[in-house]
Amino acid sequence: MDFDLTEEHRLIRRTVREFVDREVLPYAAGWEEEGSLPERVFGVMKELDLFGLPFPEAYGGVGSDYLAYILAVEEIGRASGSLGLTYAAHVSLGAAAFHHFGSEEQKRRWLVPCARGEVLAAFALTEPDAGSDAGGIQTAAVRDGCEWVINGTKCFITNGSLAGYVVIAAITDREKGIRGISNLVVPAGTPGFHIGPGYRKLGLRASDTVELVFEDCRVPVDHLLGSPGDGLRQSLRVLDGGRISIAALSTGIAQACLDASLIYARERVQFGRSISGFQAIQFKLADMATEVDLARLAAWRAAWLKDHHRPYTREAAMAKLFASEACVRAALEAVQIHGGYGYTEEYPVARYLRDAKLMTIGEGTSEIQRLVIARQLGC
Amino acid sequence: MHLRFLVCIKQVPETTEAKINPKTGTLIREGIPSIINPFDMYALEEGIRLRDRLGGEVVVMSMGPPQAQAAVKEAIALGVDRGILLSDPAFAGADTLATAYTLAKGVEKLGGADLIICGKQASDGDTAQVGPGLAEELDLPHATYVRKISAITAGEITVERLVEGGIEVLRMPLPALLTVVKEINEPRLPSLKGVMRAKRAEVPTWGQAELGTDPARTGITGSPTQVVQVFTPELRRQGELLAGTAAEQAAVLIERLRAAAMI
Ligand SMILES: Cc1cc2nc3c(=O)[nH]c(=O)nc-3n(C[C@H](O)[C@H](O)[C@H](O)COP(=O)(O)OP(=O)(O)OC[C@H]3O[C@@H](n4cnc5c(N)ncnc54)[C@H](O)[C@@H]3O)c2cc1C
Repeated sequence: MDFDLTEEHRLIRRTVREFVDREVLPYAAGWEEEGSLPERVFGVMKELDLFGLPFPEAYGGVGSDYLAYILAVEEIGRASGSLGLTYAAHVSLGAAAFHHFGSEEQKRRWLVPCARGEVLAAFALTEPDAGSDAGGIQTAAVRDGCEWVINGTKCFITNGSLAGYVVIAAITDREKGIRGISNLVVPAGTPGFHIGPGYRKLGLRASDTVELVFEDCRVPVDHLLGSPGDGLRQSLRVLDGGRISIAALSTGIAQACLDASLIYARERVQFGRSISGFQAIQFKLADMATEVDLARLAAWRAAWLKDHHRPYTREAAMAKLFASEACVRAALEAVQIHGGYGYTEEYPVARYLRDAKLMTIGEGTSEIQRLVIARQLGC
Repeated sequence: MHLRFLVCIKQVPETTEAKINPKTGTLIREGIPSIINPFDMYALEEGIRLRDRLGGEVVVMSMGPPQAQAAVKEAIALGVDRGILLSDPAFAGADTLATAYTLAKGVEKLGGADLIICGKQASDGDTAQVGPGLAEELDLPHATYVRKISAITAGEITVERLVEGGIEVLRMPLPALLTVVKEINEPRLPSLKGVMRAKRAEVPTWGQAELGTDPARTGITGSPTQVVQVFTPELRRQGELLAGTAAEQAAVLIERLRAAAMI
């Protein structure tokens, strides 16, 4: 048993931390007001090779591992949930789908530019009538000669209007039910691929979330990722990995809640003493610190299992469930510790609370995580 | 022209307020992570930029305990081509003189360099002596506190030195040595690909056997410096508030300054 990070992981974390302190922390609140992320930050991330962190060098990546990527997500999440979600959707949803399921040719075509940070990727599974029930999607692709003709609507798609490539789940063989679902790659700008307006969200406003509409949208047959009918299995595997990144993002936001609360509790004086002297506040801080640590350990373990090619579905769901709920608790308590000031934009904790809530919803709600865990228990 | 730029770096404790053990008078290093001396980051950045602009190679060299390999690797992650660690139990406890001698032997073994760049000083010792000392050992011209390299050709370099009250422009033949100040550039972050390259990089360690150093001139034996006492100076901020109207206060102030022969 060894709880120490390797020199490689330490150096990667320190590099990302410095990047975040310099390029993200001072601007994150402003990005939320603007409702978008600036080009500049993507440029710096590309220079750092952040987009290709867990992918092999042969495909334009850095050749590190999932744990390194998880460390990066947490660091970014600590400063900007929006940038963290954007980064996570690119790496562990879109690009990961190319990495895990693309043929050699497909990896060269799509993974390489994603790993190099030349384009962003998105992963579109959710539909207006199919959220938790991913097998219930209605988007369909019909074969016409050497093309697929896609019709349908995807909703809540992160990076949807920024992405160069969108992976979409579509029914390619209606007869086969859930075994007739395949994942297709649709490049931005393909005729018939329309991007709807962004949602007015509770938080994570700088993160791009849009509806995608496909109207007789044609892609070549070789845009089907991996083998036909493998779509749902692919999506569930992609989500297993993605959940670890949501656990890390939750840990980052929760850590930010703790850091802000600790500073505030020491500074704020009431009844002639700093409020951190009151046991009621101390207990809140102690609980937050404990949960942040446990959330991080759970995420690290799931990433470690993935890196060692061991089963991790259960551990990823547990990490996501615990970390996301701990994140919401931490954000609520952070606002509470800040009192009235916490309810204003003067302090960052109101933003943390808004961002935290998505963590228990995206990439499978808490209820769905419990279902996954129960299924793993043999229920 | 194939130029070789050599950057000398030191691993130091990561803290701007290192505590001193009052009993032993030495720095408390336990539990404090080590980093590359912050001033050396500017030297590394300048070396990498010169290599990128003019070609050739940039090499990093550090003298220190085996753990200092981490600093050398970090420099490789930043973009340095290769690194060498000078490490031997015989080098331990070196003062600035012994360090300059040991580094000079390292430079000789390397086959020299066209330009050696050091940070202006180390954040732990604050002496600013090793750079100039190394230049003397190698019999090279040097310029300290360089804030800009204005021109560099195969045989010559022109630099701007930050001196009290102004800028001094110096032209020197190469090979030469510079120590640089933070005004010279803005250091980059390592790239993550660089981190992976550094992980795989072999960092050769040269000790007494490889360098052929004279044991009488290295480590504690070769260090004439004697630290008599190290202490934390007491912070004394005794201000005096003058009373009265502005005019009265001004009068008192002028009187005081005159008495102190300051005006
Ligand atoms: C900001 C944001 C970004 C997103 N990014 C993406 C993206 O990039 N790609 C993508 O494909 N999707 C994305 N989503 C969609 C997200 O994954 C879904 O919102 C989520 O899976 C829940 O689906 P739903 O919204 O349809 O809720 P529903 O499935 O309708 O759930 C409603 C409620 O019912 C509960 N419920 C549903 N089924 C069960 C059950 N069997 N047992 C118990 N309770 C149940 C749920 O837990 C929830 O509480 C994003 C969503 C948001 C808000």
